[in-house]
Amino acid sequence: MAVPVRISVQAEDFDLATELSGFGHAANTGATVTFTGLVRDDTGALQHMEIEHYPGMCEDAIRKIADEAANRWALTDCLVIHRFGRLVPGEQIMMVATAARHRSEAFAAAEFLMDYLKSRAPFWKKEVTREGAEWVAAKDSDEDALSRW
Amino acid sequence: MTLNLLYFAWVRERIGEPRETVETSAETVMDLVAELKAREPRYELAFSDLASLRVALDQELAEFDAPLAGVREVAFFPPMTGG
Repeated sequence: MAVPVRISVQAEDFDLATELSGFGHAANTGATVTFTGLVRDDTGALQHMEIEHYPGMCEDAIRKIADEAANRWALTDCLVIHRFGRLVPGEQIMMVATAARHRSEAFAAAEFLMDYLKSRAPFWKKEVTREGAEWVAAKDSDEDALSRW
Repeated sequence: MTLNLLYFAWVRERIGEPRETVETSAETVMDLVAELKAREPRYELAFSDLASLRVALDQELAEFDAPLAGVREVAFFPPMTGG
């Protein structure tokens, strides 16, 4: 049975309650997991973050990752939303939601999605502070995280 | 052949534009990079460290020794930082 995978790459903010209102309603769903990523400001200096993306490739890359997660953990529902553009500290950047028969599958699929979105979805973050702007560098640990799957 | 080139993040900033069209007979991505580097210093700067660059051919991640035959769009960018 085809798994409903919904993907949205958007500039607009999203409302968690609205997005989840029809989520995971298949009768064989026993667990849903949601994760939301926020713009973090560790030092109090961050003015905003610019998220650049590669339109087209973004949606395709996310769909491939989500389809793999859906097949591997027999998900009954799957949702990925990722924003781009200018975001201030505290704003929502992205969310993933997974639904499965049991919680272990829902949690694993959500972690897998997050690990792969970090280094395989074509987004680039730039942090803007009063001192200037700097592209966020990818971490070796992000790449290492993929090896556990 | 005609190729559409796309640049993202600091690659775009170093080259100074997000996209351009080039006529080339380069056989691989590496050949194309060598051609671009020979053009102007801003390309030399953008492509100075290939280890810190990624390439996508028609929106699929690829290696720098990949052939360009049949390809229409080549994108260069730093490692991705999504999530």
